[in-house]
Amino acid sequence: MGRRINQINASILVNAVYAMQGYPAMLISNLLSPLSIIIIVSFVSHGMLTSIAIAGAFMTLFVGGGLSIQADLAHLKNDFKFQDMIVSSPTGALAYLVGMALSELIFILPSLTVLIILAFLFLHASLSAMLVIVVVLALMYTFATVFGFFLSTITTDVLQSWAFSGILSILLTTIPPVYYPITYIPLPYRYVAYISPTTYAAGIVQNALGFLPLPPTTLAAYWVIIIAVALALFAVAIKKNKWRDA
Amino acid sequence: MDGISCSRLSKSYGRSKALDRVSFSIPHNGIFALIGRNGAGKTTLTRILATELMPSSGSATVDGLDVVKDAVELREEIAALPQEARAISWMTPRQTVISYLMYRGLGYGEAKVASDEAISHVGLEGHANVLNSKLSGGQKRKVLLASVLASGARIIFVDEPTTGLDPISRSEIWSILVRLKKERLIFLTTHYLEEAEKLADKIGILDNGKLKAAGSLDEIRKLVKYQYSIRVLQKDRKTGIKEGEEIVGEDGYAQIMTTEKEAYGLSTGFIKDRVKFSINQVSLDDIFYYIVKKPLNAEEEKEEGEW
Repeated sequence: MGRRINQINASILVNAVYAMQGYPAMLISNLLSPLSIIIIVSFVSHGMLTSIAIAGAFMTLFVGGGLSIQADLAHLKNDFKFQDMIVSSPTGALAYLVGMALSELIFILPSLTVLIILAFLFLHASLSAMLVIVVVLALMYTFATVFGFFLSTITTDVLQSWAFSGILSILLTTIPPVYYPITYIPLPYRYVAYISPTTYAAGIVQNALGFLPLPPTTLAAYWVIIIAVALALFAVAIKKNKWRDA
Repeated sequence: MDGISCSRLSKSYGRSKALDRVSFSIPHNGIFALIGRNGAGKTTLTRILATELMPSSGSATVDGLDVVKDAVELREEIAALPQEARAISWMTPRQTVISYLMYRGLGYGEAKVASDEAISHVGLEGHANVLNSKLSGGQKRKVLLASVLASGARIIFVDEPTTGLDPISRSEIWSILVRLKKERLIFLTTHYLEEAEKLADKIGILDNGKLKAAGSLDEIRKLVKYQYSIRVLQKDRKTGIKEGEEIVGEDGYAQIMTTEKEAYGLSTGFIKDRVKFSINQVSLDDIFYYIVKKPLNAEEEKEEGEW
């Protein structure tokens, strides 16, 4: 067990602690992305949607942070041949994935701190709503990291991984109604939003905060969908990832 | 204890064969250098043995453990420095070695002590806290060597560790590898024949996925029917050769590979004619070209499993 913890800590050091020490500018970029959308949504809605935008920024931070594992791992694997060194070491795929997932979480901590402060100022969430938000964010984070890990093991070039990151980030956090209620989207287009699991996650969060009333059956269906997607992707990623090349 | 043993090891990508029924055995200590042209299959073989790549058929054991069935146990005993591996730019040499050792299961404190030792072993103590991105190419390679050195792994795979380095950096890396080999087996791939000749206890020659020869330099020399290499300015020569092969280069010099008896005759003639020439035992360069360019005849070529 102690050895596994050391292996997990190694990933946290490599991909979070040493990266932040080496290039502090990454922290600023990490922070600016969710904050910029909060500012835009607040200005456009004359402050009406600031609270929802803050809740959406949490989603963007966790999904975006989780997905960035894809570009980070592809960079380490393809540009530094780092993953090959680790494959032939006693560290297994799962310990590497858990370590890297935690490293992304550590990486978003400074931004998370700022968002928590904003949430205390604008959201006024109840304890039960906070619990719902934490569970939804944990599920979305699991979904994003395992999906990112899976993609990183099949990408062969860092340019390809940047393309994946860009596409996924738009599909999962920009197009879906994360920063505003789904009712703002005209009906024929609303169905497109339902393709993304973040739509359901955002719906649950907005419901918990009282911004989006949902019937209990719909709410239950939303929960089933996000849990099923997270579990299914976890299973696929563990089974199909190319840790050792075939 | 066993070193490395392969039996009819093959790897195919679609219809293309990267490795074709490679078989050999090497002991558990010293340096084994695998030489071959680009695309010969060196990296494929190394990656299979280092448990990074699955073979298509055949089997291989490293330290007595099967590279497919016993990969998890085997990874405790081996360390690999892949071709084109680079020290991560945002980390320092000390951080690089510490994190690699933690991946091998060591705690931070233990890893820190071992990393300081390894960094000083490769002569980077003055640069231990400098970002890798600010180091020279040779220093970056030394950082990675320090990592595998500190791992304490008994068998180390290093894939073309000196490619692209200047002669001084290359010779420094050689010194590190020579020190490393005392208690370990180092499986080295290179396309610098001089490197193999200087460092290796055993050499393998891989060409088009096939192992053409393996053994000590003396054993490989015996596969070639010529023992001496003579270099002479073509325009000064008055006599031709009765036995052997010669190539005249664009610089006007003829490189003659021949037998001991013919070499003696030619040398005596050159001395008598006051022609300047040099004579040496055939080098690994000569042998490599001979083996790779010319198919060995049936007597010389061994069946798989005999190297």
